[in-house]
Amino acid sequence: MTRALVTMPATAKRGDVVEIRTLIAHPMETGYRPGEDGAVLPRNLIRRFTCHYDDVLVFSAELFPAVAANPFIAFSTVATASGTLRFSWTGDNGFTQTETVSLTVT
Amino acid sequence: MKRRELLGAAIGLAGVVQWRPANATAEELAAAIAAFAGGVPVRNGRVEIDIAPLVENGNTVPITVRVQSAMSEADHVKAIAIFNESNPQRDVANFYLGPRAGRATVATRIRLATSQNLVAVAKMNDGSCWSQTVDVLVTLAACVEP
Repeated sequence: MTRALVTMPATAKRGDVVEIRTLIAHPMETGYRPGEDGAVLPRNLIRRFTCHYDDVLVFSAELFPAVAANPFIAFSTVATASGTLRFSWTGDNGFTQTETVSLTVT
Repeated sequence: MKRRELLGAAIGLAGVVQWRPANATAEELAAAIAAFAGGVPVRNGRVEIDIAPLVENGNTVPITVRVQSAMSEADHVKAIAIFNESNPQRDVANFYLGPRAGRATVATRIRLATSQNLVAVAKMNDGSCWSQTVDVLVTLAACVEP
């Protein structure tokens, strides 16, 4: 398990736009860079990020080597109802990580 | 006289060697944008890229893309893609959103191999595509240091 951070408010008014910021520890090795011994380091990327709000996909992203190490993604969503937001990162070498955050809507 | 000719030829050759990759990547960039747009003409406007015009460290460059859109069921942004001109690959990141996003704004951090043009393209639900291009100066390039 790597370290992932999701920053968002715990409560929101119905209809408010909630800003979500996510950060995950990952080298995002491009596959273009030589290592200490001069050989090219094998590619190791996070390819895809998704955000489900109560099992409905509200945001997704495809990442390429040009995304910096420890990918930071910020986006927003409308607070519709109290529920959980599920964030998933998937990538090379079978990398998967899931975080869930609950949001209370008043 | 001979040396002058040789020098001239060398300079000419250097010019060719330097210019050809630049043109090739510009063509690749246009092809990547066309593939994302899916044959729809890409117009300038509605998209705003927020990035420092002078980047000190190309390894992590904060970038924000905003699109002017009501983000309603009838008029919203379906996808935002960022492309570059001079990294090894033209794609940077693609974001897929919808009316539930509320705001058509995404932010991330990217790598820039050198000073170059960046293009952000937004695809609307009516099929139209909008873009903005920015020129970024990079002092410390990504991907050079192991």
